[in-house]
Amino acid sequence: MTGAAVPFIARLEKRFGDTVSYTGVSHGIHIFTASPEIIVDLCRFLKEELGFNFLSDICGVDYLPDTPRFEVVYHLYSLSDKWRIRLKCRLEDPPHIASVAGVWRTANWHEREAWDMYGITFDGHPDLRRIYMWEGFEGFPQRKDFPLRGYRDELNPFGAEGVPPTRPDLETKNIPGGTGGKS
Amino acid sequence: MTEATELRPPAGGSPDTKEVLLNLGPQHPSTHGVLRLVLEMDGEYVERVDPHIGYLHRGTEKLSENFTYTQIFPLTDRLDYVCPPSNNLAFALAVEKLLEIEAPVRAQYIRVIMAELARLSGHLLITGALPMDLGAMTALLYAMREREMIMDLMEMVTGARMHTSYCRVGGVREDLPEEFAGKIREFCDIFPNRIRDYERLVEKNRMFIKRTRGIGVIEPEDAIDLGLSGPNLRASGVDWDIRRDEPYEIYDQVEFDVITRNEGDCYARWRCRVEEMRESVRIIEQCLKQMPEGRFLADIPTVAFPVDKDRVHSSMEALIQHFDLSAYGFKVPAGEVYSAIEAPKGELGFYIVSDGSPKPFRMKVRAPSFVNLQALYGTKNARYLADMIAVLGSLDPVMAEVDK
Repeated sequence: MTGAAVPFIARLEKRFGDTVSYTGVSHGIHIFTASPEIIVDLCRFLKEELGFNFLSDICGVDYLPDTPRFEVVYHLYSLSDKWRIRLKCRLEDPPHIASVAGVWRTANWHEREAWDMYGITFDGHPDLRRIYMWEGFEGFPQRKDFPLRGYRDELNPFGAEGVPPTRPDLETKNIPGGTGGKS
Repeated sequence: MTEATELRPPAGGSPDTKEVLLNLGPQHPSTHGVLRLVLEMDGEYVERVDPHIGYLHRGTEKLSENFTYTQIFPLTDRLDYVCPPSNNLAFALAVEKLLEIEAPVRAQYIRVIMAELARLSGHLLITGALPMDLGAMTALLYAMREREMIMDLMEMVTGARMHTSYCRVGGVREDLPEEFAGKIREFCDIFPNRIRDYERLVEKNRMFIKRTRGIGVIEPEDAIDLGLSGPNLRASGVDWDIRRDEPYEIYDQVEFDVITRNEGDCYARWRCRVEEMRESVRIIEQCLKQMPEGRFLADIPTVAFPVDKDRVHSSMEALIQHFDLSAYGFKVPAGEVYSAIEAPKGELGFYIVSDGSPKPFRMKVRAPSFVNLQALYGTKNARYLADMIAVLGSLDPVMAEVDK
């Protein structure tokens, strides 16, 4: 089945061997799982050799309590061939993966969002700051162990008891006026 | 001025100018919502721009992990609040793909009509708002007049002017009312002439032309690299429209042209939207001609609410079905789906991971405005602060969608 219908599958497997595996097509999208070490090479190869020039989306997923806990999902589109593919990388906690902001500039904000919401560190990102939450916010709100209403403090009387379980965002911890560093 | 600059300082500033940090927004009429731009200024020149977003962050994605699929429709309304039917449609399509069901044909036509009305509504707003940002107030007032007609149509069909929540998984909530056909025909007759009016109002306005032609140019390669989609991408000459290239619903049954322009400047982006409105009217007219009679909601008791509300009061099965769906929702088979539509702002995608329960395990919204806003980094020939406003207006971000 592999590579028969779609030419790029064979080329990917030839180039990357075991580090990329094809897991079938689902709802019109070809799905690959890749090991996180090769993500930049893989993306560059997909963009430059196979024509997947449009990065639709990058997002994080938290599979608590599974291990590896996190997953980064890339949705790519080829404007010339009208193909969509999905790349998935499972990441251990604490999650680290190389940034693809050097391959597509649009990855910049997508990765900032994944950092903000899931605490996934994108190594080599030019500007990895929080994007939605304010500077000094503690914890990563879309993680499954982060309560829906947040943690209780003077501004949030409806939040859950406790302290954020994730390490504080060191970059933005000591902003004057922020709430950082109080735990 | 013809030299391309990437929002970087001009070579060699005067020695007695000093860099100034300027805060534009979050409350500023020309930021189209609560966008805060931190600008490093060298006199009138913008050296660096740092958009701060998140003032409207409501956590749609986190919330939806705690809602049933039907309950999520109102959340999607609040993404791009200018055109909610498109958002409803995008979400419904994603869930329907997971369930492997399809809406009845009539429902598909109704959805497309509503989505195109939404596109008109969104494009009308920016058609008027961009000239207004640049000082030409009149166009907005006329655009709002026609937008009101669309609002009336929406209200007639859905009962709400803005947050329509009209789609359901498997179709739409209610059938079109009887008087809709007459009203929308009236609208389709009037509207093309009105588009001509906007063009005449703005097209030859010297001030508007001077401030948009050649300003904020985005090259095609940059546009793709920056992930632009929708009219913003097509204004840079990239011919891509999801309605044509990956047709969903009944878009393969209707004829329409994909509008592209080659300049890639603010004017091209404005122009692209104006011309797209004509195509939308064409699509609506064809839909009205082709639309068959039939069900507006699929006959799948495990997913769709009973259509006949009287049966709910007389039949035990229908009552249980109604109660079950309202109280517990429906289960969606485990799996993942990414489904994208051509929303007025661009590619609106929903990535849903289902674990087989009635609530999504993870829902990610690929919001076009969020991605388009990044193009502030990539525009060329927009050195002045005033050009920044033109670029921002022409990119047409809706902050509720940027912030999710």
